[in-house]
Amino acid sequence: MTAREIMEYDVVIVGAGPAGLSCAIRLKQQKPELMIAVIEKASEIGAHILSGAVIEPEPLDELLPGWREDPPPVCIAVEKDEIWLLSQKGRRRLPTPPQQKNHGNFIVSLGAMCAWMANKAEALEVDIFPGFAAAEIRYTDEGAVGGVIIGDMGIGRDGEPKDTYMQGIEIHAPITILSEGVRGHLSKQLIKKYALDKDSDPQTYGIGMKELWRVQPGKSIPGLVQHTAGWPLDSMTYGGSFIYHLDKDRIAIGFVCGLDYQDPEFVPFEAFQQMKNHPMVKEMLEGGEILSSGARAIAEGGYQSLPKTEMPGALIIGDSAGTLNVPKIKGTHQAMRCGMLAAEHIAQTSSVDGFDAKLRDSAVVKELHKVRNIRPAFYKGFWRGFIRAAIETVTAGKLPTTLSVHADDTSMRMLDGYTSPDRKWVERTLPPRDRLASVYFAATAHDEDQPVHLQILEPDVCTTRCVAEYNNPCTRFCPAHVYEMVDDEGGQQLQINAANCVHCKTCDIKDPYQIINWVTPEGGSGPNYQNM
Amino acid sequence: MKILVGIKRVVDYNVRIRVLPDGSGVDTDGVKMSVNPFDEIALEEALRIKEAGNAEEVIVISVGGDECQQQLRTGLAMGADRAIQVQTSEPLQPLSVARAFLKIVEREDPGLVILGKQAIDDDNSQTAQMLAALWDRPQATFASKLELNGSSASVTREVDAGLETIEVDLPAVISVDLRMNEPRFVKLPDIMKAKRKPLEVISLDDLDVTVDGQLGISQFTPPPQREKGIMVDDASQLLQELKNRGLL
Ligand SMILES: Cc1cc2nc3c(=O)[nH]c(=O)nc-3n(C[C@H](O)[C@H](O)[C@H](O)COP(=O)(O)OP(=O)(O)OC[C@H]3O[C@@H](n4cnc5c(N)ncnc54)[C@H](O)[C@@H]3O)c2cc1C
Ligand code: SF4
Repeated sequence: MTAREIMEYDVVIVGAGPAGLSCAIRLKQQKPELMIAVIEKASEIGAHILSGAVIEPEPLDELLPGWREDPPPVCIAVEKDEIWLLSQKGRRRLPTPPQQKNHGNFIVSLGAMCAWMANKAEALEVDIFPGFAAAEIRYTDEGAVGGVIIGDMGIGRDGEPKDTYMQGIEIHAPITILSEGVRGHLSKQLIKKYALDKDSDPQTYGIGMKELWRVQPGKSIPGLVQHTAGWPLDSMTYGGSFIYHLDKDRIAIGFVCGLDYQDPEFVPFEAFQQMKNHPMVKEMLEGGEILSSGARAIAEGGYQSLPKTEMPGALIIGDSAGTLNVPKIKGTHQAMRCGMLAAEHIAQTSSVDGFDAKLRDSAVVKELHKVRNIRPAFYKGFWRGFIRAAIETVTAGKLPTTLSVHADDTSMRMLDGYTSPDRKWVERTLPPRDRLASVYFAATAHDEDQPVHLQILEPDVCTTRCVAEYNNPCTRFCPAHVYEMVDDEGGQQLQINAANCVHCKTCDIKDPYQIINWVTPEGGSGPNYQNM
Repeated sequence: MKILVGIKRVVDYNVRIRVLPDGSGVDTDGVKMSVNPFDEIALEEALRIKEAGNAEEVIVISVGGDECQQQLRTGLAMGADRAIQVQTSEPLQPLSVARAFLKIVEREDPGLVILGKQAIDDDNSQTAQMLAALWDRPQATFASKLELNGSSASVTREVDAGLETIEVDLPAVISVDLRMNEPRFVKLPDIMKAKRKPLEVISLDDLDVTVDGQLGISQFTPPPQREKGIMVDDASQLLQELKNRGLL
C-alpha cells in the first residue's frame, strides 16, 4: 500500500457532539488563526446524536450570546415538571427533587441543535467533515498523540479492497481532542494505553432508548416534562423514563436503565416497550406514529469514574470522559462546558498540559462532586437509593463519604443459582412490535460488503462458556437485534447482523467476557436519526 | 468537450418516507437529504470520461433553492470542475427543469449531457427525454454502458427484453441506469478543494424560462399498512384461513 495522504491542522476534534462543537467554536472565537478540523462518523451532523433532551441553557448563553433570538430548530421552554412512580397499572405523583426541576430549561432535539451549532462553527471557518470515521490514533515518534487516521472506504467483507477502495488519510495535529461521546472507541484505547483510569473507579453506564412520536392533536402539551420511575423495572435495576412534550404534536419518549443490571435474561428494549404500555403513557401515544427511534449508552459513573482527561498531545472531553450528571440525566451542558474549557486552555497555553487540573477545579467537576453518591446509593435497591439520594441532595453532597462505583461487565449474575424476577410483563399493542421493527425507524444503513465492525475476540466463548453461563445475553441487551444464535451444522453459532447496528455501544460495555470490540465501520454508516 | 451533469437534491434513500398528516406533501423536517443516486452515477461516468482524456470539463447543475448548493458541493468534491445553481424557490416539474437546462446547454455548448434516469423522490423519468426533444438532439435513456467513438457514442440500454445497443450522434442526452458504474467515495482533502471551486448562481427569472404547472398535486397518501399476520399450525389451517378471507 502507498503512504497515506496527510492533512495538517492545529487542532483535530473527533466527534461533532455538543462537546466537540463547543470546543471548535470557542477556539475560533479566541484564536481565529487556528486551523481546526472536526471529524464526524455520521453521514450528516446530528444523525448519530440521540438524547432527551432537556438542556440547561447557561453554556449556550456563554458560547453563543444572542442564541435566543435565533434558536435551534426544535426548542421549547419547559413549562411544567412531573415525576410519577408507576406500578403496573397505577401511578403516584412524587415531589420533584431539586436536581430535576427544569424551570428555565429548554426541550431540544440535540441532533438538530448539533447541526445548528455546526453551521455556526462553519461560519467561523472550522472545517467539519461528516461521513468520516476516525478509525485509529496516529502517534508521533515521541509516543504522543499526533492526530488521527481516517478509516479506509471500499474494503470488502473479506478484508480485500474493492473497486471503489479509497485509502483513509492521516490528519496530523499537535493537539487532538476526543469528544466521541459515551464509550468512545479511540478514547477507550487511549484510556488503556496511558492508564488514565488508574486512580478512578471503573466507568459505569446505562442504556437509553428513545422514540420520537407524532401523536393525535391535543395529546402533546408543549413544555411539559415528565419522568417516571418504578414499573416495569424490578427494584434492583436502576432506571426510569422521560416523556418530553414538544411542539407540532410531537412527544419524545425514552427509557434509561442501568447497565449494572443483574438478570442475564433481562431485555432492556422490552422494558421500554412495557413502560409505553402503561395506561398513562399508552393513552398519550395511541393513534400516533413513530417518527424516529434509536438507542445510545449513557456514562453514569460521574465523579468517581472520571479518568484523567489529559495525555501527551490529547484531551478527552464530554461524555467520552464521563461528565454527565446522572441524577439530572443531563450531560449536554457539562459536555459544552468541558469543550469550552478545553478551548480556553488551548487558546491560552497552546498545549494540553495542565488541563486536567483546571477541569477538576471547574464547575463541571464541582457539579459532579455534589451528586457523586446518588447513583451508587441505588446499588442496594430503589428505596434505599431513594432515601440516600434525598439525604445527599439536602446536604448538597457535603457529607464526607464517597461511595465507590462498580463495573457493568461484572454485575451480571450467572444462570446457575439465579432466578430472574417475575416481571409480570403484559401483552402490548403499541408499535414497534419488536427490535427489528424499531431499527427500521432508526434508518440505519451499513454497506453489507464491509468488514464486520463488531469484533468478537474469542468466538469460542460464545458457543461454549457464555451459552452455559449466561445464555448469550448479547442476543437480549442489544436494542437493534444485531446478535442472534442460529443453528449451524456444528450446532449453534453467533450470527452478527452488523448492518442493523445503531452505534449505542451497549455490547462493548455489558458483555460479561469483554470480548466484543466495537470499531468504527465505514464513515457515513450507521443510524440516520431525525430530530433525535 | 464539456459534459453537463444534472444533480438533484432528494430525500436520502435510507430515510423512511413519511406523508404529512394533512396529506399536503412529504415530511422533510430534519430529514437527511442527498444527491439523487442516479445523478451520482451520471457524474461518476462523466468523471471517468474526463479521466480517460475524452472531455476537458465536467459541470454540475442543479435547479432549486440555496440548500441544493450542498449537493453541488458534493459533486465538486467528487471531481466536477464547476457548478451552476439555477435558483428558484418554486418546486418545478420536469418540463420547466428541462427548459432551464436547455438555457444552460445553449450557453455552455456541451458535447454530452448526462442525467440520472429518474429522481428517487417523484420518479418522473422525464427530464432527459424532454431536454433532448427541446434541444433537438439524440437521446439514449436507461444507459448501462457508454462508449465514445469520436463524434458518436455507442450506448447500451437496459430495456424490458434485456440489453439494447444504439449509436447516437453527439451532442446527445444520456440518462443512466443503476448498473452503469459504482460511484466513488469522496476524499476528505477534495472536500476542501471543492470549497474553492466556482459555483455560479443564476436566477431562474433571469433565464427567461416559462414555468407553468401543467400538473397539480391533489393529495399524498401513504401505502396501506400491512396487517398483523397470524401463525398457522398446518397446511389445512392455512387453506381454511385463506378461504375465510376469500383468497381461495
Ligand atoms: C436517552 C438519552 C437521554 C438523554 N437526555 C438528556 C437530557 O435530557 N439532557 C441533557 O443535557 N443530556 C441528556 N443526555 C446526555 C447527552 O445526550 C450527552 O451528555 C451529550 O450528548 C454528550 O455530548 P458529547 O459531545 O460528549 O457526545 P455525543 O453527543 O455523543 O457526540 C459524539 C459524536 O462523536 C461521533 N463519534 C464518535 N466516535 C467517533 C469516531 N471515532 N470518529 C468520528 N466520529 C465519532 C458520534 O457519532 C457523535 O456524533 C441523554 C442521553 C441519552 C442517551
Ligand atoms: S451491536 Fe452493539 S453497538 Fe450496535 S446496536 Fe447492538 S448493542 Fe448497540
